[in-house]
Amino acid sequence: MSAAAGQLSELGHTRVQSARAGAQQSRWSHMLYVAPFLFLYVTLLVYPLFAGFWLSLHKADFFGGSRFVGLENFVRLSNDKVFIGAVGNTFYFILLTVPALAIIGLGLALALNRTTRTAAFLRGVFFSSSVLSVTIVTLLWKVVFAPDGGFLANLFEAFGKQPVAFLSDADLALPAIAITTIWWCIGLPMMLFLAALQQVPRELYEAAALDNAGRWKTLWNVTLPSIRRTFALVVIIEVVLQFQLFGQAYLMTQGGPNNASRPLVLFIFEVGFTRWDVGYAVAAGQILFGLIAIAAMAQYFVARRKEAF
Amino acid sequence: MPGIELKNVTKTFGAATVIDDVSLSIRPHEFMVFLGPSGCGKSTLLRMIAGLESVDAGEIWIGDRRVDRLPPGERRVAMVFQHYALYPHMTVRENMSFGLRNVRLPEAEIDNRVTAAAKMLEITHLLERKPGQISGGQRQRVAIGRAIVKEPQLFLFDEPLSNLDAALRVRTRLEIAQLHQRVDAAMIFVTHDQVEAMTLAHRIVVMNNRRIEQIGTPMEIYSRPATAFVAGFVGTPAMNFTPVELSDGPNGFVAARLPDGAIVTTRIEASSLPASKSFKLGIRAESLDICPVGQGETAGVAQFVERLGDRTLVYVRLSDGSTIVAEDAGNSRVAINDSVGVKIDGGGVHLFDDQDRGHHAVLDGSAT
Repeated sequence: MSAAAGQLSELGHTRVQSARAGAQQSRWSHMLYVAPFLFLYVTLLVYPLFAGFWLSLHKADFFGGSRFVGLENFVRLSNDKVFIGAVGNTFYFILLTVPALAIIGLGLALALNRTTRTAAFLRGVFFSSSVLSVTIVTLLWKVVFAPDGGFLANLFEAFGKQPVAFLSDADLALPAIAITTIWWCIGLPMMLFLAALQQVPRELYEAAALDNAGRWKTLWNVTLPSIRRTFALVVIIEVVLQFQLFGQAYLMTQGGPNNASRPLVLFIFEVGFTRWDVGYAVAAGQILFGLIAIAAMAQYFVARRKEAF
Repeated sequence: MPGIELKNVTKTFGAATVIDDVSLSIRPHEFMVFLGPSGCGKSTLLRMIAGLESVDAGEIWIGDRRVDRLPPGERRVAMVFQHYALYPHMTVRENMSFGLRNVRLPEAEIDNRVTAAAKMLEITHLLERKPGQISGGQRQRVAIGRAIVKEPQLFLFDEPLSNLDAALRVRTRLEIAQLHQRVDAAMIFVTHDQVEAMTLAHRIVVMNNRRIEQIGTPMEIYSRPATAFVAGFVGTPAMNFTPVELSDGPNGFVAARLPDGAIVTTRIEASSLPASKSFKLGIRAESLDICPVGQGETAGVAQFVERLGDRTLVYVRLSDGSTIVAEDAGNSRVAINDSVGVKIDGGGVHLFDDQDRGHHAVLDGSAT
């Protein structure tokens, strides 16, 4: 009896072992499924990230010359007035665009969140600017801002005022680029907010109506709290996107006048591709990466903390 | 205290009429249940009373006020939604007091009402929690609490129990019945569950296909269904129906001949029946008793036996091929394929004319 039981348990043991081996084997074969992604992820993202950091520690150009200089590039950056100005410009630009994009996007979404044909048409209209290329957008707005014969200039003249040269005024160049950017980018936040608004259960609005809540009360107490996650998302996305301002500034002002509209990415581009100081440009790129990462993290944690209680 | 009056209320969505000329009057403090299959318009009617759907024609009165043009908040009604509809970002206390704040009730009064309602519903310990942190049953209590604090003239419940599990449903049903005893208001409760309707209602409004089929007390609805639809919809198992030929029976009552040739003497007066080409006989399982073959009015073969403990339902196939559900005692020994007799209680027979209107056995000397 006991011998038989022993045999049985032995049999069971071997089975368990072979099953384990099978599991191990299949676990390795699982790796095959992730391998293509992992390969691309490592070669296209992880490696360049570290290679970039390594490159930022060198004095390098595109012609093969490369010399390890440690943190010298970063020290240089901290003393470079143009670089510091570009960082300032970038932050100023974010301040000009992100709140406006979030608030106007939300406003449009609230206004167009209905099932009428007009609303559907207008949603299309407001989103259509997003599909244009930066070249076309900047061309269009250069015409609007042009001091002689431009749309705004004509408007000013019609009211008997002197036309303003927006793009060659140190104080107005960046705001003008910001307006262009808002016009160009408003589609995405609007669509994200529309998607969020349509997720709010209709019953909540009905309960609010029975609770005697007027339009504003409903907006403040039902709608906005229900879409705050999306609000945080829109802000994060836009901060990350607007940190990377390049095309509009490059095509409208070339960073001028007197560096007043030079953003970080334009600085990196010029240092890297016109002065060929690749190590220095990459070092600036590392700083940009750090700034975006910090901004995104900060947003993420603020949004999470609000969610927690 | 005011009653509620619906006068010729109609609602259309585009070309589709969803409520067709409905009139109804609800007494003060009455518990009214709208019962019907999904799509019959019962929820729409409730939402029209609440003000969440517009009224295309007709009038709605609560007491001496015509309310069908008033916004929902001004109708002095409170509604409990099927999916609770609690504000997810507000605490239970804020959920309950939101409506009161909006009408600028003094803080102390709000506090009193919320505390009292929370105590009544035993949710005091949940007041500072958010809806996401409490269970489904607790959420439903909060939703009821939110209705109570408004001290409305009329409570509206839109299938409030359908999201709860079976045990909780029975408990909450009981609590709603108790709540009705405590508050001085009428209640309208929408459901497709006939047990909820039968147990809660003073009167049931059975709706089908955009119209009211019958308004009556639960027992009226059950024992004297106005139409074949009501007869079939209310009661488990569903009423048996079979076409019959009528002839004159004793004492002025009609006798009905079943398709298998069996003759049943009813207690329905021949004089009360309209001239109709055809009649359908309806009879509940409880009026059909299983007996030995030869002792009943008809006989057949047991096809299926459902043992419910206190009684046994036997699905009997008659000689004409039709199947009826009859009842036997809880300890019935009938097995599948047994030949059984069926004793038909003529007093439990209902007849339905070609308009599907019901005609019932005489009751205290009167006929319908």
